Amino acid sequence: MFKIIRKKQLNEQVVLFEIEAPFIAAKAEAGQFIIFRLDEQGERVPLTIADYDRQKGSITIIFQTVGASTMKLGELNEGDYISDVVGPLGTPTEYDDNIRKVAVIGGGVGCAIAYPQAKKLFNMGVEVDLIAGFRNKDIIILEDEMKAVSTNLHICTDDGSYGTKGFVTDKLKELIESGNKYDEVIAIGPVIMMKFISKLTQPYGIKTLVSLNPIMIDGTGMCGGCRVTVDGKIRYACVDGPDFDGHKVDFDELMKRNSTYKKQEAEHICRLTGGKRNG
Amino acid sequence: MADMSLKKTPITEQPPQERICNFKEVSLGYTADEAVKEAGRCLNCKNKPCTTGCPVNVRIPEFIAKVSQGDFEAAYDIIKSTNALPAVCGRVCPQENQCEGKCVRGIKGEPVGIGRLERFCADYMMDKQKAAVKPEPNGHKVAVVGSGPSSLTVAGDLAKLGYEVTVYEAFHTAGGVLMYGIPEFRLPKEIVSKEIKALEELGVKIMTNMVIGKVLSVDELIEMGNEAVFIGSGAGLPRFMGIEGESLVGVYSANEYLTRINLMKAYKDGFETPILESESVAVVGGGNVAMDSARSAKRMGAKNVYIIYRRSMDELPARKEEVHHAMEEGIEFKLLNNPVRILGDENDRVKSIEVIGMQLGEPDESGRRSPVEIKGSEHTIDVDTVIMAIGTSPNPLIKKTTPGLETNKRGCLIVDESNATTKEGVHAGGDAVTGAATVILAMGAGKKAAAEIDKYIKSK
Ligand SMILES: Cc1cc2nc3c(=O)[nH]c(=O)nc-3n(C[C@H](O)[C@H](O)[C@H](O)COP(=O)(O)OP(=O)(O)OC[C@H]3O[C@@H](n4cnc5c(N)ncnc54)[C@H](O)[C@@H]3O)c2cc1C
Ligand code: FES
Repeated sequence: MFKIIRKKQLNEQVVLFEIEAPFIAAKAEAGQFIIFRLDEQGERVPLTIADYDRQKGSITIIFQTVGASTMKLGELNEGDYISDVVGPLGTPTEYDDNIRKVAVIGGGVGCAIAYPQAKKLFNMGVEVDLIAGFRNKDIIILEDEMKAVSTNLHICTDDGSYGTKGFVTDKLKELIESGNKYDEVIAIGPVIMMKFISKLTQPYGIKTLVSLNPIMIDGTGMCGGCRVTVDGKIRYACVDGPDFDGHKVDFDELMKRNSTYKKQEAEHICRLTGGKRNG
Repeated sequence: MADMSLKKTPITEQPPQERICNFKEVSLGYTADEAVKEAGRCLNCKNKPCTTGCPVNVRIPEFIAKVSQGDFEAAYDIIKSTNALPAVCGRVCPQENQCEGKCVRGIKGEPVGIGRLERFCADYMMDKQKAAVKPEPNGHKVAVVGSGPSSLTVAGDLAKLGYEVTVYEAFHTAGGVLMYGIPEFRLPKEIVSKEIKALEELGVKIMTNMVIGKVLSVDELIEMGNEAVFIGSGAGLPRFMGIEGESLVGVYSANEYLTRINLMKAYKDGFETPILESESVAVVGGGNVAMDSARSAKRMGAKNVYIIYRRSMDELPARKEEVHHAMEEGIEFKLLNNPVRILGDENDRVKSIEVIGMQLGEPDESGRRSPVEIKGSEHTIDVDTVIMAIGTSPNPLIKKTTPGLETNKRGCLIVDESNATTKEGVHAGGDAVTGAATVILAMGAGKKAAAEIDKYIKSK
């Protein structure tokens, strides 16, 4: 059993939990994830480790309450327990020692995963342009935190209600065109966003790292459910990733595979919310 | 004088039409009278061929003699003295290749139902066991990685000798394949849970959610004061064929499909794990894993379920009983067929599988006749789900994170005759060493490894 020691509602749909998990906290690195199972009847759901505190023996997760399991998870409070948390899984992100300047792009709740990457790079002395995209002003998360770990923070909103109006791709393009030379671009967010960021950076030849989020069960390589095609080869995101070279990932396949249980999910959420959300 | 009937005493089973609508056990087991009657068929041969066919040398004629006298407890004690998990083995051992394959009664007629009798004794004693007495601690600590049958055997044997044993399991539930792979209708999970509870009563500590190689390394387990480590991490890595269409939505590895159903209980109301509602399913492969996948798919509501296997009926590696049960349940066997590619619809969901006919050529080095493609025999079968059950290999995670631990070219850990790996203080056994094999072989390896670990620690 894993105790929730802090809960913070970041916006209406995004929740932060700090969880007591000393074994995981002792080993966690940026880019790794955990898999949780809420209770006896829960499914196994992967979430990136947003932060960790080795001394305190805790890890932080940030999640959007979109699926049945994350909705239920979000209902828990400080002092409650999560039945199972396993990790740290996946390969930690590796950066070249000689990178000087990067653009880190976060889309929506993906900012929670982009944040520890920006923090790691910023603390390495790298110049970090952080571009964070949200649908609107009301759902902006981690603004202060992101500001603290970036050289420049650019917030974009789809509707222009805060920061620059437009998509993160537009912002990145503008920054590249205006002469910023990035050694690497790190893009974390919805698959579609990562796809278009990778498309954008390809002609410029900028190395682009994406963090993939396929459906998973075990997280150790035993089910193959998380397989993604990278450079024409099958890779398991849970052990070979979750980070991959964005120019080589088959994003369309990933989007389709991620929709495997769309029908079941919709029915399930429908039952949970009394039909409000049937999508 | 032995009962000379040529056939085994019949056993009650759920009728096929009924059982394909539930996940309850297929075979209901012998009653006491039936067991006594079947035991009466044993000739009590002097040279005990059955016992030599058993990987852990259960003293078969001896226990059967006790059954025929109605002394089921004594029979159970005899089995238990060499086999730690009789309720499991009685259900899942490939008896036809082991004890029953050697039974003299099998020369003319059916062999004695040794597996059924073993199961009967174990089930009979299930609720009558005395609580285990915790042995005096001997002051030594051992870590066990994985919690499949090999690990459970090591843990039990060492705990009985007074060792402080901790089992580290990657999943949230202990039991290995017994929990995530083999379905409820063949091996009720309650049986496995009871075995694990009994170990805990002996003082074994079970830590789930611990992926060794990630959260702790084998070296760290040693640094934590464990004088020996046993690796029983199994052979859990699924193989795919490498054909076109394997990434389509609706293509599962058998591991994923079975884990969703068995471990995550996707078949039960109230459990959250989703699974596709399939109408027509192709299962590729011919082993126990393929039969389990096919029969599970049927129970999940699929109308048509096909086994696609590139050899013929004679070569099917699955237990005979499983093949028989699968046929009774309406699983269609498309033998001498091999998949060429999987085709998808406009949404990249599986719509059919293309197969090519095969014929058997000359026997290969393993003695099996190798299949050869029949040119021009390609045809498609309409399915919406494909399950790949073509084998598994050991997970490289532990080897990668443990300096000094060597594997062979199939990724199996290399051990010597005492089950010691190439790394000081580390023993291994089960599927992690042999590649995918059987429960009883894994247990046998565990038994041997436990004795060797005891020797190793005491000689230090
Ligand atoms: C579907 C299916 C049906 C089968 N049917 C039969 C049958 O009818 N009869 C028969 O005799 N055999 C059968 N087998 C084979 C049999 O189950 C295996 O041979 C046996 O379970 C192997 O035991 P094991 O102890 O080596 O490992 P496993 O049972 O494979 O257990 C290994 C355990 O180690 C854990 N693990 C792996 N890596 C790590 C790590 N890094 N850290 C911590 N834990 C880890 C795994 O999660 C797993 O729980 C079947 C197998 C399958 C998959
Ligand atoms: S999650 Fe099962 S193999 Fe990656």
